[in-house]
Formats: sequence, C-alpha cells, structure tokens
Amino acid sequence: MPLYRPPRIAASEITPKDLYLSRRHLLGGAAAAIALTATESAWASPLSAKPSAYRVDEKVTSKQDATTYNNFYEFGTGKADPAQNSAAFKPLPWTITVGGLVNKPQTIDMETILKDFPMEERIYRMRCVEAWSMVIPWIGFPLSALLDRVEPLGSAKYVAFETVVRPKEMPGQSGFFQPLDWPYVEGLRLDEARHPLTLLATGLYGETLPNQNGAPIRLVTPWKYGFKGIKSIVKITLTEKEPPSTWNRLAPQEYGFYANVNPAVDHPRWSQATERRIGEASGLFGGARMNTLPFNGYADQVAGLYAGMDLRKFY
Amino acid sequence: MATFAVPPRYRAASVWALYALGLLPGFYAFYLGIYGGLGADPVREFEHRLGFWALRFLCLGLAVTPLRDLFGTNLIAYRRALGLIAFYYVLAHFAVYLTLDRGLILSSILGDILKRPYIMLGMAGLLMLIPLALTSNRWSIRKLGSRWNTLHKLAYPILLAAVLHYVLSIKSITLEPVIYLAIVTALVGYRVVRPRIMDWKRGRRLLAR
Repeated sequence: MPLYRPPRIAASEITPKDLYLSRRHLLGGAAAAIALTATESAWASPLSAKPSAYRVDEKVTSKQDATTYNNFYEFGTGKADPAQNSAAFKPLPWTITVGGLVNKPQTIDMETILKDFPMEERIYRMRCVEAWSMVIPWIGFPLSALLDRVEPLGSAKYVAFETVVRPKEMPGQSGFFQPLDWPYVEGLRLDEARHPLTLLATGLYGETLPNQNGAPIRLVTPWKYGFKGIKSIVKITLTEKEPPSTWNRLAPQEYGFYANVNPAVDHPRWSQATERRIGEASGLFGGARMNTLPFNGYADQVAGLYAGMDLRKFY
Repeated sequence: MATFAVPPRYRAASVWALYALGLLPGFYAFYLGIYGGLGADPVREFEHRLGFWALRFLCLGLAVTPLRDLFGTNLIAYRRALGLIAFYYVLAHFAVYLTLDRGLILSSILGDILKRPYIMLGMAGLLMLIPLALTSNRWSIRKLGSRWNTLHKLAYPILLAAVLHYVLSIKSITLEPVIYLAIVTALVGYRVVRPRIMDWKRGRRLLAR
C-alpha cells in the first residue's frame, strides 16, 4: 500500500528541537529568547507524538511557510493575517462539546484529550481550493477514536463541526465588512468522519498548533480541499441530516459539501487540474505547477467511500 | 483654469520622473521576489502586485478628466504616461502568468483562456490596450484626428474588464475589491453624467458674464 513508504525527507534535514533550543541559549539573555518566541505563536509548545505509517513520500513544507501562509478568515482574509492578528487568541483553557445523536454526550477539555488519546505524527498533503498545496507533519488522533467514546446512535448519519466565536480575540469576526457568517461550520458524512485518515489535529512540526493554524484542535481531511479542515473546534454534533458548511452556504455552485480534491471537476471560475506546491520555487523561478491528483493522492484509501456517486454532481 | 504647478521647462523631466516612479513598485516587487521577500507563494504575489498596479494606473489615467472638470487640476500632460505605465504593468502581469505561473504549458493556458470568464476579461483588456498603446504618439493623434478620441474611449471598457477580471478571480468579496469597484464605478459613471455637468458649468459661465 502506498501508505507504508518511508519518508524521503532525511531526519538530518530537520533541525532537532534541542539544537535550535540550544542556539537560543547561545544568544544569552532571556530577553532575546522571549523576543524570538514572540515571533512564533505565544502558545506553541513541544508536543510529543509517536511516528505513524501515514506519511507521504514528499518534501515537507517549511514550518515558516506553513505557519505564515494561512486561510483563517476569523483573523483576516490575507494569507499573512492569521499569523499577524492571532496573538491575542487564547486557545487554553478549551473544551469541546460533543453531542447530538450519541449515547454519551459530553464536554471534554483539552487536557483530557491530550491525556486520553494517543497522539501520532502524520505527514499529509494539503490541497487548498485556491490551487496551492503543502505537505504538513500534523500531530493528532483519529476522529473515530473520539466518536467511539461518545457512541453515535444508529440514526446518526453526519457529523457537524463548529468553530469558536470570539470577536474580541479574532479581529476578522468584528468590523463592518465580514466575508463569512460566524461561526464557521463544516460537516462530514459519518463514514468519512470514521475513516482512518480523518484526523483531529492538535499540533504540527512537533509542537502544539499555533493560533493561526487552528489552535488548539482542528480537523484534517487530506483528500478534501483545505476549507473542510475546520479550525479551533468547540462543538461536534452527530446529526441525521447533512449539516451546513460555511463555503457551501456562501456559494453553493462553487463549493460543494463533499469538496473532495478532484482535478477533473473545476471550480467554476478556475481550474483544479494543477496546483503550486508552496516553497518549491526559489525566489520567483522554478515554481511551476504540478498535476493535482484525484482525492489529493489518497484515492486508494478513500475512493471506496464514494462508489457509485457522480462526483461531478456531488463535488 | 488652473494648470498643474510644474513650470513648462520642467514638464518633460516630470513626465520621465513619473515613468520612473510609476514603474518602481514593479521592479521592487521583482527584487523582493528574487530575494524571498514575497512570502510563501512569491509567484502568485508578484503576479497579483503587477495586476494591482495596472489597475491603479488605469484608474489614475481615467481620473485626469474628472479632476480637470471638477477641481480645475490639469494633469493632461501626464495622461499618456499613466496609460502607458498601466500597459507595461498589464504586459508584465500577462508575461508572469504565461511563464512563471503557467510554465508556458500552452494546453493549460488555452484551456484557461477559452473557459474562464475572468481570464477572458483579462485577455480582452490586454487586447484592447494594444491599439491604444500603439496610437499613443503625436503622429497617430494628428493622423487619426477625431477618430483618435473615439478609439481611446476603449479606456472605459478596458477599466471595466480589468476590475471584473480582479473581482471574479477571488474567493470572496472583501473590502478591497469593493473599494476598487466603487472607484471604477465612479470613474466610468462620471462619463455618463459628464455632458450634463459640462452644460451646467457652461450655463453658469454665461450667466456670470
């Protein structure tokens, strides 16, 4: 299975945590160290995870790019806005309320989540609907583990997700011109939610999630466009009917509920056949596009979920 | 009518200064791109910056007439430069799209042009700009006479195509495209009411005699 390929990125290419921490010590003065940490996220701290077999055989995007080039409209619509405008966001303490059609509805805090669910590192491709892509080393646990804990009822067919609303900490949620309705909502069919690839991520690059990447917990569905990966989740609800999803509600002819990566089904206004891998260009050159793969390269694992469905209709 | 406060002997120099100043943001973006200063997706950022500067200079070029009519500021001596700077940005924007962005893969480029309304609008804008750039010299003005004025009314559809090209290429409507749409609407809309404004002004001048 393509899943079990060894990573091409050599471990030696990744700066070990101790080493770059010791570089900071070399700088001496605590002030310098504080100044350095402040440019990253105030909340990112080391997060241990066991390696997993889920890793793509491609060069990992630099942490710098993955944490400064984000779509997270709650902090602004520019790609650099989330990193710049999220310093005031407090991802801890945090709780997620899991309810709806389940036997054991419950509210779980982040501490319990980090304690009860074994964290693993998974290197996934990430394909944005805007035709760019990254390769990201996530840390997290399968959503199915959380679903098992709340015991969905037989009538549950879908899982609905909701992002936090905090206009005081999320500048994109206030002001007179807002592109989206808050809270941001997303949904999956229950079998998609239970798929082993579906991850609830709590970290990346060996650390807890920075605010701009959806701290403290977010969804990752690597075969779908990035906007399905709802961030800063506070609520998960099992439902019988297909739940609304933010982009679908805004422009249903452009963004479907499924949003599976599909080079054959274009966005009405632009092509989805190719993508630009972030970080591939050196300066302005060598950043030509690469072909987008069906289901973002995860077809072997997930195509079965959609057997018999017309993917042009259910885009 | 007040003229812009540049003495005639410096006028030529000030036009050249405008070319230099106007093209500077493009060269600066190129410099940033080469040295990694355009963020995680430098090609897209460079392409977009060139497009924005084209749109801005198109707006500036079409602001000359209303500024003269309504505020008595005469910048007509700079209008050709504004238009040509816009044209150079459009050419650069298109060249980056063809090469750095699409890697000169003609099948994908042709598919784009034939299928995507926003690309078609951009292409239409570029094609309409070409005759204007080619006739932006004194000889053409003399040769074409009043037809020159008619031909250069293409500037209005060009500006509309440019702003729609931008608005249709983005994922959601934010404040920035709304501002550009408002500016373009004002500039093009002004041309609709202009005859009446000029009549009214002429009437007042006659009364004042």
